[in-house]
Amino acid sequence: MSTPVTGSGTITAERTTPLVELRKLTKVFPVRGGVLQRQVGEVRAVDGVDLEIRRGEALGLVGESGCGKTTLGRMLVRLLEPTSGTILFDEDDVTHAGPRDLRQFRQDVQIIFQDPSTSLDPRAQVGHAISEGLRIHGIGDRAERRERVGDMLELVGLKRAHAERYPHEFSGGQRQRVGIARALILRPRLVVADEPVSALDVSVQAQVLNLLKDLQTELDLTLLFIAHNLAVVEHVSDRVAVMYLGRVVELTDRDTLYRHPTHPYTQALLSAIPMPDPRNRRKRVLLQGEIPSPMDPPSGCRFHPRCPIAEEGLCDVEDPPLMDVPRDVDHEAACLLRAGPRAR
Amino acid sequence: MSDQFLDGDLRSSGAEADAKRTVQPAGPGEGPSPDALLDKPTSIWRLGMRRFFRRKLGVLGLAIVTLLTLVALFAPVLAPYDPIQQLDRVEEVQRRDPPSSEHLLGLDSNARDQLSRIIWGARISLPLGVSIVMVAIMIGAAIGAIAGYFGGAVDSVLMRIMDVILGFPALLLAVAIAYVLGPQIRNVLIAVAVVTLPQYARVMRSSVLSIKEIDYVAASQALGASSWRMLRTRILPNSLTPLIVLGTLGIAGAILEAAALSFLGLGAQPPQPEWGAMLAQEYTLIQTYPHLVIYPGLAIMITVLGFNLLGDGLRDAFDPSLNE
Repeated sequence: MSTPVTGSGTITAERTTPLVELRKLTKVFPVRGGVLQRQVGEVRAVDGVDLEIRRGEALGLVGESGCGKTTLGRMLVRLLEPTSGTILFDEDDVTHAGPRDLRQFRQDVQIIFQDPSTSLDPRAQVGHAISEGLRIHGIGDRAERRERVGDMLELVGLKRAHAERYPHEFSGGQRQRVGIARALILRPRLVVADEPVSALDVSVQAQVLNLLKDLQTELDLTLLFIAHNLAVVEHVSDRVAVMYLGRVVELTDRDTLYRHPTHPYTQALLSAIPMPDPRNRRKRVLLQGEIPSPMDPPSGCRFHPRCPIAEEGLCDVEDPPLMDVPRDVDHEAACLLRAGPRAR
Repeated sequence: MSDQFLDGDLRSSGAEADAKRTVQPAGPGEGPSPDALLDKPTSIWRLGMRRFFRRKLGVLGLAIVTLLTLVALFAPVLAPYDPIQQLDRVEEVQRRDPPSSEHLLGLDSNARDQLSRIIWGARISLPLGVSIVMVAIMIGAAIGAIAGYFGGAVDSVLMRIMDVILGFPALLLAVAIAYVLGPQIRNVLIAVAVVTLPQYARVMRSSVLSIKEIDYVAASQALGASSWRMLRTRILPNSLTPLIVLGTLGIAGAILEAAALSFLGLGAQPPQPEWGAMLAQEYTLIQTYPHLVIYPGLAIMITVLGFNLLGDGLRDAFDPSLNE
């Protein structure tokens, strides 16, 4: 395989500036109600997230449903307009770029959707769907496009002849391969994969994950991999960001996260991964209560009402930012008790 | 072969069995590679047609509509007599013969062959019904698509106008419009089209509203497609199916309304052989000469039934919930 892309690989000069930088990125959805559809509240789906995606890495983004990870991904590919904050792509500010300025960005950044049965137009032949990006950007003539679509189909493990088929003629896994082909046809540098396997049968999840991983190496892609399943993320990611209620609460490389999870929420998530060996009993960290409504987030640390170690008078008052975890490199957590100056 | 292919289990079972190195082409374990099962790609349109032809009632509707279309097309050849020219001398005008071997459906009050008039009537009612629906769909769909896609104030204004039209009893409004414009077939078309277009606008708006949120539209946007391109290539084609179904059912309603307007003297004028006008001319004689009323009525009924059956069949075949 050509280039080393894992976190343990050499850090070249080029990789020192991140490909993507999110600064204080926020998305607020108004909540309307009543006869007059007046705004009665707001949901801070993503609330001031700072995050970097390094060149060539696969960054995993995990969290419960409703924590804002999909909103974050959709803002990053500019399908949703951020309420505030900035998105830097390759050091360019693309936060509010208009359709014209987005032309290059659209070729550089692509998205793979969760459910391939809704992300493919049932009326469009698969080849037509894959070549749409080429047609939009006026790349190649008809014959060249057909050639590139054929190459891409083979690259994702399908056959050239499949270009004439319709989405309903494929299995779920095959359809997701088509979705991947469509995202890659413009040779993007960053791909946001929004839960790309959670709609698939367990038996084909691993195959699609392997495909993504292989393609990432082969095409030198940077990947933002969104999932709610830590086991899936472990397989693909170099670094992992854990989200809770619109915030990133822990960020570090994969091995550190799985060996030494620091934020109590991460610990709870990890202990929820089923283990194949029933005799291997671990201590389970069980959370009490439901995830609070993002319309009315708790005071202080957003996790404190469910946190097993929360301290009264501190955690319910002070809102922790991401802080360095002592004695670890490149490991940040948003916990007053375990990271930053007060950590024990 | 198609049934086997449609079977979900077959389709997904072990579909990607190789894939440890998935970048390689899929090996023999890949399962039912589509080309093994079908020699031609099958569009959802073709799947829908297949479902349509499996149901007898829909096919019966199609047969009735086809037959009526042929009758309308070949009216000059099929009709045994002239539909307008009176048959006999003036003193025999009031004969009103019941059906006989010479005049299969009898003679009307003006001693004209009823069968010929009913056959020629198909030339008025069918094209009229179809054009009413086409005009209503074109305008209604455009309004609905704009309202649904752009939303906000545009949506509110357009849909409130549609609500105003819907607020009147349909036939009453049609009568008013036809009366103001004058009794002519063209004005019947305008009147009925105006009265029915809100229903197409509403259906179009709701399909556009739901389809624009589906991920394949977002995928186009992420690839850089303009609003117009997304509307044209993704949203509109996928919104049309319910409209086609509704339109087919709407032809039946439009034919009925047009006949009603003619019955009230606001549409086709004597001596035009329009079914509704024929009823209007003869309905006082229903007790003494029932054949003068029964046969034009039957013609309307069979036509409406045909389009209704066809529309129901299309709806069952193209129900979005079956669009897998």
